[in-house]
This record gives sequence, C-alpha cells and structure tokens, in this order.
Amino acid sequence: MNPTVAANPARPVAASVRERRIGEVILAVRDLGLRFGGIKALSGVSFDVREHEIRSIIGPNGAGKSSLLNCINGVYTPTEGSIAFRGRTFRHMDSRQVAEMGIARTFQNLALFSGMSVLDNIMAGRNLKFRSSLLLQALRVGPAEREELVHREFVEQIIDFLEIEAYRKIPVGRLPYGLQKRVDLGRALAMEPQVLLLDEPMAGMNVEEKQDMSRFILDVNEEFGTTIVLIEHDMSVVMDISDSVVVLDYGRKIGDGTPDKVRDNPEVIRAYLGGAAK
Amino acid sequence: MATTFPRLLQRHAAERPRAPALREKEYGIWQTWSWQRALDDVRHMALGLAALGFAAGENLAIVGDNRPRLYLMFLAAQSLRGVPVPLYQDAVAAEMGHVLRQTEARFAYAEDQEQVDKLLELRAGDDVGAAPTIAHIIYDDPRGLRNYREPGLIGVNELMALGRRHEQAHPELFGQLVARVEPDDTSIILYTSGTTSRPKGVCQTHAGYIAAAEGGVAIDRLDGDDEVLSYLPPAWAGDFLFSFAQWLVAGFTINCPESADTVPIDMREIGPTYYFAPPRIFESMLTSVSIRMEDAARPKQWLYRRFMQVARRVGADILDGKPVAPGSRLLYGLGRLLIYDPLKNALGLSRIRVAYTAGAAIGPDLFRFFRSIGVNLKQLYGQTETCAYVCIQKNGEVKLDTVGPAAPGVELRITDGGEVLVRSASLLSGYYRNPQATAEVLDDEGFFHTGDAGVIDADGHLRIIDRSSDVGRLKGPQGGRDGPMFAPNYIENKLKFFPQVKEAVCFGDGRERVCAFLNIDFEAVGNWAERRGLPYTGYVDLAGKPEVLEMMKGCVEKVNAELAADEEMAATQIARFLVLHKELDPDDEELTRTRKVRRGFIAEKYRVLVDAMYDGRCEQFIETAVKFEDGRTGTVSATIRILDASTYPPVKAAA
Repeated sequence: MNPTVAANPARPVAASVRERRIGEVILAVRDLGLRFGGIKALSGVSFDVREHEIRSIIGPNGAGKSSLLNCINGVYTPTEGSIAFRGRTFRHMDSRQVAEMGIARTFQNLALFSGMSVLDNIMAGRNLKFRSSLLLQALRVGPAEREELVHREFVEQIIDFLEIEAYRKIPVGRLPYGLQKRVDLGRALAMEPQVLLLDEPMAGMNVEEKQDMSRFILDVNEEFGTTIVLIEHDMSVVMDISDSVVVLDYGRKIGDGTPDKVRDNPEVIRAYLGGAAK
Repeated sequence: MATTFPRLLQRHAAERPRAPALREKEYGIWQTWSWQRALDDVRHMALGLAALGFAAGENLAIVGDNRPRLYLMFLAAQSLRGVPVPLYQDAVAAEMGHVLRQTEARFAYAEDQEQVDKLLELRAGDDVGAAPTIAHIIYDDPRGLRNYREPGLIGVNELMALGRRHEQAHPELFGQLVARVEPDDTSIILYTSGTTSRPKGVCQTHAGYIAAAEGGVAIDRLDGDDEVLSYLPPAWAGDFLFSFAQWLVAGFTINCPESADTVPIDMREIGPTYYFAPPRIFESMLTSVSIRMEDAARPKQWLYRRFMQVARRVGADILDGKPVAPGSRLLYGLGRLLIYDPLKNALGLSRIRVAYTAGAAIGPDLFRFFRSIGVNLKQLYGQTETCAYVCIQKNGEVKLDTVGPAAPGVELRITDGGEVLVRSASLLSGYYRNPQATAEVLDDEGFFHTGDAGVIDADGHLRIIDRSSDVGRLKGPQGGRDGPMFAPNYIENKLKFFPQVKEAVCFGDGRERVCAFLNIDFEAVGNWAERRGLPYTGYVDLAGKPEVLEMMKGCVEKVNAELAADEEMAATQIARFLVLHKELDPDDEELTRTRKVRRGFIAEKYRVLVDAMYDGRCEQFIETAVKFEDGRTGTVSATIRILDASTYPPVKAAA
C-alpha cells in the first residue's frame, strides 16, 4: 500500500444526485434536561429528526452531545422533558426496548467482542431478531438452523456492503481501528434499524478512512433509507453529508438548521472560535 | 477450422450445458454459471444492446473488476460484431478519456458507482479531455446509483430484461447475428501500457487470439476440468488470453474472487489447477511466507530451513523427472509431508498443474523457490501485439535465464541490431486508427518488431536482455556516448529481486557512471524494522531511516558484486543511490498501469534528485505533487540522503 497517496478515497458526492426523500418527524426531542448532581449536562434542548435524513449534532467538547445520544438511546434517564418516537412519547425506556423499536447505535469507544470474528460480531447484532429458544439455537436444530441461515444471509449482505469480505473470519481485536469502526457500524446495521445513532464514527481516523466512512454513511442512508443521527467533530465531514445540524454548547442548543445556515450563525462561530474556552 | 468466440460459447453450451463455466464468490458463497446460463445471459445482454441500437462494428468500453458479467459482456459485444475495449479499472478519468475519445464509444459497461462516476464526469466535461460520445452506460452493481437520474444509465438486469423482450419479438435474431461474425473480425482492442508514449489500441481478431489460445492449451493439455482464478486486470492482454480466450477454447472454469483483498482466501478455496501471475504476485507470496517464518517458533524455523535446503538441491530435478538419488528422494518426500505440501496449501497452490509468470523478469531465487517446492512454474513471453504468445517454456525444459523456445506456429528472427522479430497467426491486425504506428512495428514480410533486445541460445531458447530502446551506453573516455553498454532494466531487475526493494530506476545513459533510485517495500522493510525494534511513523520516515539506508546499501553492493562478475556489465555498477520518499505510483504516471517504470518521466520529474546524485551532493530537499484517485492533488516533501555504494573490480573470466 502506498501510505502517502489515497488508496480509494470516497468520490465527492454531487448534490444534484442526492435526491432525498425526507419525510415526517420520526424523533421529537422536547425540552430535554439532564443533570448529574449539580452539573447540568443538558437543558431545554428541543429538536426534530425527520425520516430518512442525516441529522448531525455538533458542539465543542463537553457540550452534551454524547449525553443527548445516551438519552435517546435509553442509557440515561432525562431529568426533564420528553422524547417521542413515531409519535409515541416516553420519558424513559430501557436500552432493549429502544433497540426493539428500531434504534441502533455505534459507540465512540467501540463496543465489540474483540476475541470474536467479524462475522460473529455482526451476527451478534442479529440477536434481537432470533425467535427460537436459546436451547434450540445452541443445538442448532430444526427451526433454529433455518433461522440462522436466514440471518447469515442478511449478515453477508452487510459484509458485502461494508466491503469487509476479506476479514470475515478474523478476530476483531486484530483489525486496524478504522476497520473495527466499520465492523461496529455493521453490528448496528444488523439490527435493521430505522434510526441509526452514530457517536463520532470518524474519531481517530485518517483522511482516507474518513472519506470511506462518509461514503458508507451516505450509502446506508440512500440504500436502506435509514435515518441517521450523527455526532461528529470533523466540521468538513458534517457540512458535506448532513441534511441539517444541531449545535450544542454547554448543554444548550445554540443553532439548528441546514449546514449553510449553521455555518453562518454568529453564536455558533463564537462557540467554536471565540468564547468556547475548552 | 477458424471460429469465433461467440461460436465457441455456443459449442460449450450445446456439448456440456450443465458444466460450470464461471463462478463468483458473493455473499460468502460460490455462485455458479453453467455454460447454458452463460449463453443465456450473453444472448440477453446482446439483444438488450441491440435493442438500444448497438450496431455491428461499434466499440463497447468495459471497465471493472473481474466479474462474470464483465466477461460475458465481452461476448455480448462480440456476438453483435462489436468490439469490446477493456480499460484498466484503477485508471483515473483523464486516462480513460483518451481511449474513449479515440474509440468513440457510445456504449460503456461499468462495474459500479466508482466507474460510473468517472464515465459521467468524462461525458459531462467540456474540455479537450472529455468523452461526450458516451450515450449509454450499463452498470452491474446498483449500490449508490439508486438516485442517479442521468440519461442513458441502465442496470445490467434491466438490459437483460430488455433483451428478453427483444427476443420474444425476434426469436431467431441472436443465432443470425452470431452466424454473421467472421473469424477475421476484430475481437478486442487492448490498449498498451504506454511505457514510452500514449497508449495505443491493439486490434486482435477472433482467429488470432484463438490461435494463440489453442497453442497454449495444446502445450499444457488444458481441458474442461481445469480451474482458473481470474483476478488480473481484464484490460491486460495476459488476462484476456488466460481468462477469456483459453477459457473458451479449453472450456475450463474461471473463478472470480469476492474482492481484490480476498484473492489469497479465494485462491485457497478454489485451488486452481492452472495459474498465471506476474512476478510481483509470486514475490509477494514469497515475502509473506518469509515474514511468517521469521515470526515462527525456532524448531519450526529450523525445520523450514532444513527442508528448504533439500528442496533447493533436488526439488527442481524431481519436478523435471530427472534421476535423483533414492536417499534424497526419500528426504524430499518427508519434506513434502512436513513443509512443501502444507506451504502450497496455505498459498492455494496445492492443485496447480502448471503456473506461468510473464510481464517482467522473474528473480532466480523466486523462480527456484516455487519450482523446488513442486510448483510447475514456467515463463512465457509475449506482448499485447502478439496476443501474449511468442515463447513458452515446455515441461522438463525450463531454463531460468530464457523464456523458452518459440511456441507452436511462431517464427522468431533476430535482427543484426539484436531486436527480436516475431511472425505468427496471432499478430495484431493493426493499431486502432494509427496506421503510422502500425507501419513502424509491422514490416513488409509480416514480422512484428518487438522492441526487445534478445539472443537465441544453442537449444533454440530465447533470452531477453532488455528493451532495445532502453539499452544505452555510458559516457566514453572522449566524452561521447561510446562507453560500455548500459542495460537499465537488467540492473533494476537484479535490484528488485531483493524482497526489500519494491521498485528501482537506474540512470546512466550518456553519463560517466550509474546512479539509482530505490523504493522500499513497505511491508518487508516495515517488518524488518519491527523485528529490530526500530520505531517509525510511516512510509516517508521509514524510507529515510539511516538503518534502512544502510541495509539498502548492502543490497546495492551485492548487485554490484554480481555485475562485476559479468564482463559486459562490470562497468555499469551502481556508484550512488538514494531511497525515494514516496512510492512510485501509476496514478502519478511514474509507472504504467502494468507497473513498468517510466524512466524518462521519472528523470524529468525528479530532476533535482538526479542532478544532486551526479553533482556529488549528499542530500537534497524535494517536494513532490501526488495525485489522488479522484483527481485531487497534494504534496509530500522530504530531505533525501544520497549514498555512495562500493563497486568492485571486474572479475576476469577464468581462461
């Protein structure tokens, strides 16, 4: 490999061909507040996510981005406000319920079984879709075997989609970081989510890996129609692939709109360039 | 009897409709196309093309990885008396533009979004590099193309559906069309790699390529039971010979890997019986074996070394069926059990009956390694203009430094200047729309001028020395170009035989001494550095490490010692060298798409470095532009050290 020259950078995406089918509000966050003792991680945050869109959440370190994702994901219970998914309001759900409703996520610090193969890790993402009992699965008889074949087929499509065929049998722990991130995405995709929450999918990646990842996110969005909520630090990535952006600072929402609108928002500029002492 | 490729396909489908013709690994499972299914697909594709208005004599540009549909598309175009024009799939849009403009292709077949994007970019462009003639783009993989609304874009499944409807209206049409294809029609236009100039389109007829394929099939007795892995660029004459022409002549099965990264895995699963690769692929196999052996436990290392000694001593003789002492034979048998067979299995070479290498010189150690463990590796010699078919080594008559005797039906002649001339049924019918270039290489007697300098030895085997245009002379004592002969490729190949050296470029024509650029092999040198606990941050850093330079110096000096032993070459030992900070890359036009160095271009681009070497400087700063695949550019810069290498006095031949 030639390390100084991009091997296969993602092609620039022409805006004209990205004809979107953005639909109704799928996720509505209202007056969300979250407090850890005396620290206000979030306060009064409201925004909508529409079906099939790519929605980014940006903000300086400690702005509350991951906390917000954790509230949606059911890891944290918000102290105030509500989240509505397809019109159903809830104040708290456990993570399993959230997953069953069709919300999947990837993690900033990867949550994979490092000793297990790529294939098994992604199969683990199908866990919720298995209907046969644990015993039948363990014995791999009758309906369990048929079920496994169906799931394997689906997982193979994800492997093909993410172009990780060459690593199928390799333990995840032995893969480079960029590929592990891709496997993490694969595991989330295995749930066939309606909404995919991505927590800094490009952190720690080089330019080529970022371009590849951007292409995968766009392709997931286009091919499967998956709604994507994305936390990301890299502004150029965010501005390139997002349909709309929420800006957080010190737990408050300070901007919301299309990438262009957000870029010109004076408060956002101040948070990023001026006042935001990190 | 002369025939055509579509008729060969019809014959296989009639004789062995259910035998496997192609396989492709998809979704983790090998999917099979029987000969009947292959014919059905070709028929539907061809009729689909006809329905879109593809006319006889038209060119179909084809760009993509080795996929069954891609090979079938060749046949679909040929069935309509059209001409497929394969392009290198990793070429940037601008390089493709030249071919598309020259062939005026209205139809193009692209594997996926990446290729479609390049074609659309070329179609939309309004500069001189654009290719506005493309009206129809057929794609295989719909991924990412769902929302494209460009006119003329059609998926291959839709094309085949169109073909099926067309067939209902005209049930006899396909048979009639195929019957009209003549053996002397152009079957393919393959573009040369363009080492020295703009790529030229080589037109080859059905009859020519089939004759070349039949020769090879007869020599190695290939038949319908053989298995081939198709993974080389389809735009290369070698792949067209092995994965297409011989496929249709012998009727074996071609297997398409899942992706370029999975080739080693797929190779193990398929276990090809017939294999073809340029030397660099064999080189990377040996490198990976060496690296893994170095990391192996001591007893294993000992066992490996011990039995490789045995293999080196008797392996090649056993392969050639020569008499070998029973004791050695027994030891070799034990070695097979313990080392050779497991090793071949790990490389996917267990079932190989015959393997070929071509396209560049192969290192003696490399060649011996594979033969000694029982892989029947042979060399062949040919060009795009000769259907990659001039000389083939025969079983039992394999010599390292020659490429074998003239293949059946091939006539060889050496000019007084040492150039190799070839006459056979498989010569090009001409360069596409370039009669002047055709006249330069084809003489009145029908001989093709290869441009290679070579000699024929006592056994009638051809030995290639260098490109005749590259052979130069050092500066003579009076300052003219009359010094000793300088064969740069010869020296570069010797350098490249070291696993640590990826590329080498030698300069010396018209100069008083020889200087060289080297590229490290990142994998091999990286591993070497790791084992020594030598930290490095990346390619540029590693390439500049004093320890690495010292090691490279060792390589250069070993080559010098070898050159000193050769009376004609002793004067062209390498006096100075440097290790480049970036890998030479086809995207930067430093290498051709078939990875041959473009010496003139490199000399121009790195002129400051060349000057620094000849001025006797010890280091030089350089900034280089690099081009990314999507056409963007960036720069890399480094201060490069220039080293002196020891040279040796010429060894006088013992009288």
